[in-house]
Amino acid sequence: MTWIFENWDKFLELTAVHLRLAVVPVLIGLVISIPLGWVASRSRVASAVLLPLSNILYTIPSLAMIVIMPALIGSKILDEINVVIPLAIYTVALLIRGISDALRAVPGHVVAAATAMGFRPLRRFITVEFPLAVPVTIAGLRVAMVSNISMVSIGALVGLGGYGQLFIEGYQSNQDKVWAGLIATIVLALIADTLLQVAGRVLTPWVRAGR
Amino acid sequence: MIEFRAVTKRFEDGTIAVDELDLVVEAGTITVFVGPSGCGKTTSLRMVNRMIDSTSGTILVDGKDVMSVDPPTLRLGIGYVIQQAGLFPHRTVLDNVATVPLLSGWDRKRARTRAAELLETVGLDSGFAKRYPAQLSGGQQQRVGVARALAADPPVLLMDEPFSAVDPIVREGLQDELLRLQGELGKTIVFVTHDIDEALKLGDRVAVFREGGHLAQYAKPAELLSAPANDFVASFAGRDRGYRTLTFLRADVPVREVTTATLGSTVTSNGWVLAVDENRRPVGWLSPVDGATEVTADKLISGGSLYDGSSLRAALDAALSSPSALGVTVDPDGAVVGVVQADDVLKALATARAAGEVPS
Amino acid sequence: MGWLFDAENWSGATGIPVRLLEHLAYTWLTLLIAAVIAVPLGAYVGHTGRGGFLIVGLTNGLRALPTMAVLILVVLWAGIGDLPVYTALVLLAIPPIMAGTYAGIRAVEPATVDAARGVGMRERAVLLQVELPNSLPLVFGGFRSAALQVVATATIAAYVGAGGLGRYVFDGLAFQEYDQMLGGAVLVAVLAVLVDLVFVGLQRLTVSPGLRPVGTGGKS
Repeated sequence: MTWIFENWDKFLELTAVHLRLAVVPVLIGLVISIPLGWVASRSRVASAVLLPLSNILYTIPSLAMIVIMPALIGSKILDEINVVIPLAIYTVALLIRGISDALRAVPGHVVAAATAMGFRPLRRFITVEFPLAVPVTIAGLRVAMVSNISMVSIGALVGLGGYGQLFIEGYQSNQDKVWAGLIATIVLALIADTLLQVAGRVLTPWVRAGR
Repeated sequence: MIEFRAVTKRFEDGTIAVDELDLVVEAGTITVFVGPSGCGKTTSLRMVNRMIDSTSGTILVDGKDVMSVDPPTLRLGIGYVIQQAGLFPHRTVLDNVATVPLLSGWDRKRARTRAAELLETVGLDSGFAKRYPAQLSGGQQQRVGVARALAADPPVLLMDEPFSAVDPIVREGLQDELLRLQGELGKTIVFVTHDIDEALKLGDRVAVFREGGHLAQYAKPAELLSAPANDFVASFAGRDRGYRTLTFLRADVPVREVTTATLGSTVTSNGWVLAVDENRRPVGWLSPVDGATEVTADKLISGGSLYDGSSLRAALDAALSSPSALGVTVDPDGAVVGVVQADDVLKALATARAAGEVPS
Repeated sequence: MGWLFDAENWSGATGIPVRLLEHLAYTWLTLLIAAVIAVPLGAYVGHTGRGGFLIVGLTNGLRALPTMAVLILVVLWAGIGDLPVYTALVLLAIPPIMAGTYAGIRAVEPATVDAARGVGMRERAVLLQVELPNSLPLVFGGFRSAALQVVATATIAAYVGAGGLGRYVFDGLAFQEYDQMLGGAVLVAVLAVLVDLVFVGLQRLTVSPGLRPVGTGGKS
């Protein structure tokens, strides 16, 4: 732990990298999984393809996916994209089922009422159906965020930044560095989780209104 | 006015939900579609706002073929109320009601003002505006559903079993409320229910549907009871339809005098005494006793239903449900004016029959 | 993919069959240990309703724990061997199993539990004969997601010298042999799918037919 205070600048730098590598994939994953979740909720065929596919993608070990990236997309070995893409894929895999289930769970009478009032499909999705899926989406985002923060460390095995570097350096020299990285990872995850939880509460006041 | 011309709906699996329906819903009236499940009543309703499209035939709303308008535009001009209310759980009551005005392009402030007015119209005070649907009872949700449907002041209102999920007492209140609202607003309402009593109470005209999407009879409620077109209608209208026919008969029943006494006073009477409060509202019956008795609350037997001069049915029920066999008759303020007897009601019925008011 | 189909890689002490078995052994034993810890805990809290926040907190906290750091710390403390591998993997498997059990028990209809007490069951019987059987679909959900994560993450154990399919990934990484690395990754993914299928089969066998989802009609 003392390592953090003795190396504050290095620590902040690692934190910035770690955060970037964890958050960017979550955002990309979210943007991709909303339309995919919608498609899966609408079409049996799409859900029969997308859901098992996302399960299989989730089984590919992160380390393997990270090291394969350069061969797959022609990126440089030390390019951050090698971590961002796999983590974005995991995020999609995590979110897609929840979003599609939540959209399917929107009560038929609510959708019917909206349709009968004259909502066109896109507007109905944006103002009625998706807001009702927000609680589930936030729950999925929280899991994705926390697991991503924990998984970014793996990137250090291929030389990419973040707290994972502390593990590798610590393994060779100094246990204190490993502890520093471990605690920093957990604290970062808890902060991100709390922020998402608060955002969820603010965005969905009706959830707590139920008696 | 809504006009069905030879409207047929055949689903993909071949079942015929509605078969060559011809029917005219007069403007400014309530028309009730009633029938057992699977008779096509809901399908017929939902073809009006194109939640379902007909297979053949034409539906005209105010002379315009619904198929010539694109569905969202058509629906903005037609209010729709459904069984579970279909309120948006993530929006406050006020925003739920303001939905259609906002969709129709009103500015937010005007939409909300209008929504607040409507909540009052349907009998919800302003304290409900900021709540979410989950915080309301079933009956309150239904009121919000009605307010939401009325928000953009559509001339036509479609109601699909709107009150069938609430308990009987609340349902009756909602029905009375709807009749009161209709008295003020004069909308063209199509109301679907499987409850014949509800149909007879609310409908200016009632369309009885039977399995296979056939229209069995389309008539005024009294006619449906007194002159069912066929056995199906007769049996659907129920066993005590003779009794229910009385609902639609207004005739003079002689109102007789009754001994009344206020609580705390002392009476001498060898007959039944009706106890009343200071406003002459009935509070209960005192059974016949010898000699003088003080009228106290614990001696009272609670009374039956009250007759307010509305129909022969109410008069007969008041007499039959009263412990004294005397039906308490009240004025619009609820004060006692006298009593009616069952014999007199039957005599009034006989007179009405003789005059040809009741086809026998 | 040539590496995967080269007969030479399918034999010997470092051959694919051996590595596969090692990987499977890590997985089964990890799930077993995690189940012994997580199922009773999740069931107890789910049954009594007390300490739900603890389950949620513990689940989230453990999920944030970087497996690599745990692995390294235990190696530094106890040396290379099985202990670091199982410690890290068990900590990984506990959250989903515990959360699944807890959620499963909480999701049993209160009326069903009420009825169980009403016919005279003791709390133990209520839990074992009514709540647990009814919660099995969600419990299995927890196990399946735990199994997926364990199979995928056991790969990293090779970083501290352990066996399993991760060896191919790390060796491939060290020698810049993409073929070997890719082969290892594919094997892990295939294994994960197979393990998942085993759980699906187990679920079919143990979950009461009364709990299978009834065919739902299309939207009208």
